Parts: sequence; structure tokens; C-alpha cells
Amino acid sequence: MSAINLPGIWAIYRAEMARTRRTVLQSVATPVLTTVLYFIVFGTAIGSRMHQVGGVNYGAFIVPGLIMLALLTQGISNASIGIYFPKFTRTIFEVLSAPISGIEVVVAYVGAAATKAVMIGLIILVTATFFVPVRIMHPGWMLAFLVLTALTFSLFGFLIGIWANSFEQLAIVPSLIVTPLTFLGGAFYSIDMLPQPWRTVSLFNPVVYLVSGFRWSFYGVGDVSLAVSLIFVLGFMALCLAVLSWMFRTGYRLKP
Amino acid sequence: MSPVLSISAATKTYKTGHTALHAIDLAVEKGEIFALLGPNGAGKTTLISIICGLVSLTSGRITVAGHDIVTGYRAARGMIGLVPQEISLDIFATVENTVQFSRGLFGKTPAPAYIEQLLRDLSLWEKRGARVNELSGGMKRRVMIAKALSHEPDILFLDEPTAGVDVNLRRDMWDLVRRLRQKGVTVILTTHYLEEAEEMADRVGVIDRGRLVLVEETAALMRKMGKRRLSITMQQKLTEIPPALAAWPLRLEADGERLVYEFDANAPETGMPHLLRELAAAGIDYRDLETGRSSLEDIFVGLVENGV
Repeated sequence: MSAINLPGIWAIYRAEMARTRRTVLQSVATPVLTTVLYFIVFGTAIGSRMHQVGGVNYGAFIVPGLIMLALLTQGISNASIGIYFPKFTRTIFEVLSAPISGIEVVVAYVGAAATKAVMIGLIILVTATFFVPVRIMHPGWMLAFLVLTALTFSLFGFLIGIWANSFEQLAIVPSLIVTPLTFLGGAFYSIDMLPQPWRTVSLFNPVVYLVSGFRWSFYGVGDVSLAVSLIFVLGFMALCLAVLSWMFRTGYRLKP
Repeated sequence: MSPVLSISAATKTYKTGHTALHAIDLAVEKGEIFALLGPNGAGKTTLISIICGLVSLTSGRITVAGHDIVTGYRAARGMIGLVPQEISLDIFATVENTVQFSRGLFGKTPAPAYIEQLLRDLSLWEKRGARVNELSGGMKRRVMIAKALSHEPDILFLDEPTAGVDVNLRRDMWDLVRRLRQKGVTVILTTHYLEEAEEMADRVGVIDRGRLVLVEETAALMRKMGKRRLSITMQQKLTEIPPALAAWPLRLEADGERLVYEFDANAPETGMPHLLRELAAAGIDYRDLETGRSSLEDIFVGLVENGV
């Protein structure tokens, strides 16, 4: 047997993508509909009073934030369900008994979750172009942020999926932590628009850095510098990887 | 020949402090059918789970064809197929997909011809396109077996394979085990049905409270521990064993209606004719005679009760 179990990675990846295909309506139609609703509510209602933010049309300004919102929630939910569901139905025994390493399992599950998140991000981007004039100044950076964010939050979701012992726990982190952080993370406004002390408080919100870097790749403006955004994404990814490697080493909640 | 599975001083202590296995030593030869017997909670499933990588080993060493299950887990697990006690399947996948998934997971490239034969052998070929949740319980169990065999393992673990299984599937399963043995596959099973172990297994291991109390060839065990019994149904109930027969190791059963004589199955002299002559001489009438051989179950219960 080769050093890397490629057929094993591929088998998990394909099975996860098949799950997406089975739930295509929920997977794809929901984010598109949500995005359209955001445009109607925020773009039209607020945009009619507030035309520009930092020289960018308000409708276009919120596009990167909306995509980030989708990447975070999709990455987390896909990856957490991806690993939690086999735990719940106990089909995980097969993965644990297979000649496949922890890293390979992560690559497969997280890769599939991130693929789906990126696809949805791109679908939202395309949908947005029907509503507002979107332009992308740095397409390379845009894609890099898209993929990095999807991967990082899929990793985070994978951790939640391993940690969770119930469907309630599975839902707690995304709904009680991630959604508020995203809404307060400058997806729909520039943090410059906030009064003090909230502007300073916002700098402790990790999502600010993600949205800022991503928005910079579109319009060349951001709340914080590109380097800071990048360091944050990579740092969070490294943290998730460290926790994961500890989980696999100790068999945490997978292997008694 | 070196054993295909070698277990030395395997010990498992859970985080709760409960020690499920106490220094188990066992070697299983290639091509053998080995039955693990033991009451519920004895540690059978824990032992299998450790070998297959589902539970971590606290101390000791286990090798599969020389590959350590911890340091050489890839090679070791690649040789193993596991059919767990519980049915757990991705209910949305089709039969064929889930079996192909298992093969891929175990690092094997697709082999359509092999998979087709496997599904045919398990009477699943007609159902290959069906979703798992459309199948009956018996069919689901067949799918579990197909998944475990999808990567052509050298060792197959069957954890309580026939618990709650209908006669057809049970028969098919044993046919399959025989065919696998012919191909040189080692089969290790746990069971509550002792007659199955008696019929199928080359050797039997008895686990009780985390200790392997006995490993013996099934036939030798039957010879060594097997007893025969003669059961004599009386014409009239007896209140006590007649004094004339006091020299015999007899006991009364069924309210004195039956007189039971147990003796070593391998003794050259059974003593039966002699006993019957003495009964007649004592003027005791009987209306029926029955002889039987003690089953593995009797032996097993004896072993566990005596806390060997």
C-alpha cells in the first residue's frame, strides 16, 4: 500500500459531495434565496438612503460581506454535519477501522466541505452581479481569500463536529457565536461608521479581519491592512490544525 | 508458521478506571475459524474493537501478519474486515455505492468484477441500485458483510453475526464462512449461539470478566469436557435415589420423575448396561430412556460458573 491512501480520501470526498447533490435544493437554492433577500432588504432599503461607503456603491459594498457570511456558515455546517452524522449513526466505525490517517480523513471531509462552501460563494457572487455593479480589483487575492476562509472554517466546523455530543451542541457554536460575530463583523457596514467604543471592540472580532481582507480584494479598501487579514486567517487555521492534531493523538471523542 | 494475529498482554483500561481486558494472550493461525465466547460484557467486543482500531490499546502488543496495529496500522488494518454487531449504514447511499465506498476507504482501486461477484454471493446483486433505507433488516446485514469483504481482507471479524438473523441468512452466512476459509481467510467471530461455535469453529476461546480463561480446539474441548448423560424416565416418581443404587453418581430431576446418570463421554466403559441391569434387579420400572451429549453451552456455563 502506498504512503498515502488516495482511494480512501477520494471515497470520503465523493461520498460527501454526493450528500450535497442529494440536498441540492437546500444546499444551493437556500443561499441564493437568502442572498437575494439580503439585497432586497439591505441593498434596496438601506442603499436607497446610504449610497456609498468609502467610495463604493452600498449594494456592491455588502457583496464581499455576504459571501463571507455564506462561506463561514456553510463551511462550518457542512464540515460539522459531515463528521457528526457518521458519529451519530455510528458509521464512523468504518473510517476508524480503515487504513487511513487522521490527516487524510481531515483532508477528505474538510476538502469536501470547503469545496461546497466555495461553490456557494461563487454562486452568490454571480447572483450579486445581477443586482449591483460588482468589480474585482484583485481576482487572485479574492480567490485566495475565498479558498482560505472556506478551508479554515470547514476545519473549525470539523472540530465542532467531533466535539459535539448532540445536535444541540452542533448548532450552538454556529448560531450563538458565529452568526453574531459575522453580523457585527462589518459585513453590512464599515467599522469606521461605528461610534467609539464599538469601533475598538470590533477589532477583537475575528470576522472583521476576514471581511476586510476580502473586501479589499474587491474594491481596494478595507478596515484593516491586507497583511493583518491574512495573518489572522492563517493563524486561525494553524490553531484549528493544532487542536485537531491533539484530538487525533488522544482519540478525543472518537476512540475510547 | 507464524500466526496471522498475535496478541500479547493486551490490556484495556477505560478512562472510567474500568479494566475491560486483563493481559490477553492469543495467537490465531492463518485460515483458522476462531470463536470467542463469553457472557455479555466479558470483553469480546472490546478485544475486536482494539484489533480493528476502534478502541485504543492501554498496554500490550497486537500484530496482524507481523504488522503492529499501532505503528503499522495501515498494513494491519488493510488486511482486516469487520462486521460489527450493530447495523450502521449510510441509509441514503445505494447498496453498490456504499460497498464501493468501503473498498476505496481501505485503499483499494475499484474492482467491478469482484464487487459484482461479492454482491451476487450475498444475494444483493438485484438490489444493488436500491437505497440502503429501502432494505429489510436482513438485507442490511448482508450489506454490512459485503462492505467488510469489499477490500478482500485476509481476516474477517464477525461480532455476533447471527444475533437476530433469520434462518436463511444464517445458513448463507455459514456457507460464506466456509468458502472464505477455503480461500485461506481467517475468520474470528463472537457468538452467543454455542452450537454455532461448536459446528463452525476450529478453536474456541472463552472470555470471562476480561480474562481469556480458556483456548482449546473445539473438538478437543468437547472430548475433554464433554459429558454424556443417560436420562431415565420412571414409571413412578421417586422420592429419593434407591439405596440399591447408592454407589452410582445419580441425581433426580423433574420432581423425581427422571433419574439422570452423567458420565465421561470418552470412558471405555459407559456403565449404562450395568446400571440398567441393577435398576431391573431392584425392581424399578422405567418407561423411557434418553441419552445425550453435553453441548458447548453446558461446558461453557460450567467454566464461567466455576470461575476457572
